[in-house]
Amino acid sequence: MSVLAYRARPHARRIRRRTYRRAGPLTYLFLVLLAVGSAFPLYWSFVVASHDNSALGAYPPVLTPGGHLWSNIRRLFDAGIVNVDFWTALANSAIVAGVVTICVVFFSALAGFAFAKLDFRGRKTLLLVVIATMIVPVQLGVIPLYIEMRHFGWIDHLQAVIAPFVVSAFGVFLMRQYIVGAVPDELIDASRVDGCHTARVFWHVVLPAVRPVAAVLGLLTFMNTWNDFFWPLIVLTPRNPTVQVAVSTLAGAAYVPDYALILTGTFISILPLLVVFLVLGKQIIGGIMQGAVKG
Amino acid sequence: MSNGSAAVPAAAARRRGATRRLRRLDTKVSPYLYIAPFFVLFGIFGIFPLVYTAYVSLTDRNLLEPTSHFIGLANYAELFHDSYFWNAVENTLGIWVISTIPQLLLALAIAHLLNRSLRVRTFFRMSILLPQVTSLVAVALIFSQLFGYRYGLVNYVLNHVGIGNVNWEAGRLSSWVALSTMVTWRWVGYNALLYLASMQSIPEELYEAAAVDGARSWKQFVHVTIPMLRPTIIFTVIVSTIGGLQLFTEPYLFQPVKGAATGGSGRQYQTVSMYLYEKAFGSSQFKFGYASAIAWCLFLLIAVIAFVNFLLVRRIRAVDA
Repeated sequence: MSVLAYRARPHARRIRRRTYRRAGPLTYLFLVLLAVGSAFPLYWSFVVASHDNSALGAYPPVLTPGGHLWSNIRRLFDAGIVNVDFWTALANSAIVAGVVTICVVFFSALAGFAFAKLDFRGRKTLLLVVIATMIVPVQLGVIPLYIEMRHFGWIDHLQAVIAPFVVSAFGVFLMRQYIVGAVPDELIDASRVDGCHTARVFWHVVLPAVRPVAAVLGLLTFMNTWNDFFWPLIVLTPRNPTVQVAVSTLAGAAYVPDYALILTGTFISILPLLVVFLVLGKQIIGGIMQGAVKG
Repeated sequence: MSNGSAAVPAAAARRRGATRRLRRLDTKVSPYLYIAPFFVLFGIFGIFPLVYTAYVSLTDRNLLEPTSHFIGLANYAELFHDSYFWNAVENTLGIWVISTIPQLLLALAIAHLLNRSLRVRTFFRMSILLPQVTSLVAVALIFSQLFGYRYGLVNYVLNHVGIGNVNWEAGRLSSWVALSTMVTWRWVGYNALLYLASMQSIPEELYEAAAVDGARSWKQFVHVTIPMLRPTIIFTVIVSTIGGLQLFTEPYLFQPVKGAATGGSGRQYQTVSMYLYEKAFGSSQFKFGYASAIAWCLFLLIAVIAFVNFLLVRRIRAVDA
């Protein structure tokens, strides 16, 4: 999501207390409108999902939820009606996003630790390579990657959407920036004197220290993986889809779209992330904003 | 650590020597072990496909045929005269311009408003980030419904104010506007938060100095805030260039007929990524050689535009000392 430098600030810089201008009523009005505009499309998907299709043609349009949500959901999960198995899709997405998230966090912490605290030849150059890879557009490699996946026999298997994403240059960089500031050298030296080898230092000193940034990286990775569409569309089929592929399959089923059904699927596909966001939104915002400060 | 080494029996000394060797091996080798997963996996799934794309683009590789031949730059020559390709380039740039410029300006304004003492601050911040959590697929499908010709809410409102129905999907400019709305809706809050974070790290002294020089709030915004935001502005412009020029999901799902990725019956909103997809996977042509050439041209386009943008934005004046 963001490729910004991330500076851990164990001792928050003490800026003199800013005298912020107080917001006037116009500011509030504008911000409230903005909040409504941000939430409305999501609310609307819920409204459509809770009606049958006849309500969509109503004039004037119905803006409040109706009573058909349950029957739409039943239709959605009924393999006889819908051209895609939605349970499989949800399970697949959970597996893919879960595995990718765990791998990204672990491998990023590992490499970030080496780049931040260990001495080895070529460290600077290799770190530059990592940074450079962050800005390479992914679309560029799609065709050989597809050929590769056919070669492995992974087309239509979940490995195909997991393997290419288990490491992340952004993650390595984020971890490196954080560990530089958050893990004191003295602590590492002390544990070495106590006889810890590097792996133990990583496990007992570094991993506990990176928990805050691991949470942010994990959340962002989970969201991005859950929401990814282009690559899954290419290597997966509606027989074994992720939830995004499943929803797009619903939408492509007929020329005259069954919007009640499509937006029911859509709403269910965003629900898990919505819940996560409502619970952990503050931390996510903190992570994004902290990441922005030192660009 | 050392205690009377003369008295230590030979076996213990050897053991200690072995430990030391092991320790040295540990510090020498383990850094490479730790960064190895990243580089190995990135090599297999990142770098190799990238390099290989260049090679495939010089062949007539087709998934349906068992062999392929080296044909030099023939794919590029063909691409150069391919009017569909240039159409896709034009669409991509057009959609990108009308989605990025208003979006970043709006994000600046929002950040400016959020950068004051507010009640329910967290609520406002969360609400503008809500669209970012929504998947591209969901954004595309919800807005496709909203921009529907017959039953779309947007047309209902336009009808009400006397403008009449717009067939959003069918027109060139209208489809671009619909797509930019999706992009803007999803990204504006995120960019606003980045700007807000930078604004809050601007030292108060700069504003005080500007106030002493007689600068009112608008002048302060132009002469202090904007220049101090320069690194963040550069970052957001580059990111939206890289992302915006690869636009795929929104236009792909905006199509009434999915699959072929032509971007409307008249290719009025086919982007370069969609054209790549069409040639490689969408219309069962499987022209991998040709599609790889498109991929390289897209990469070139992104690199050039990102660089030009960088040069333009860099010219924002620094704060006068």
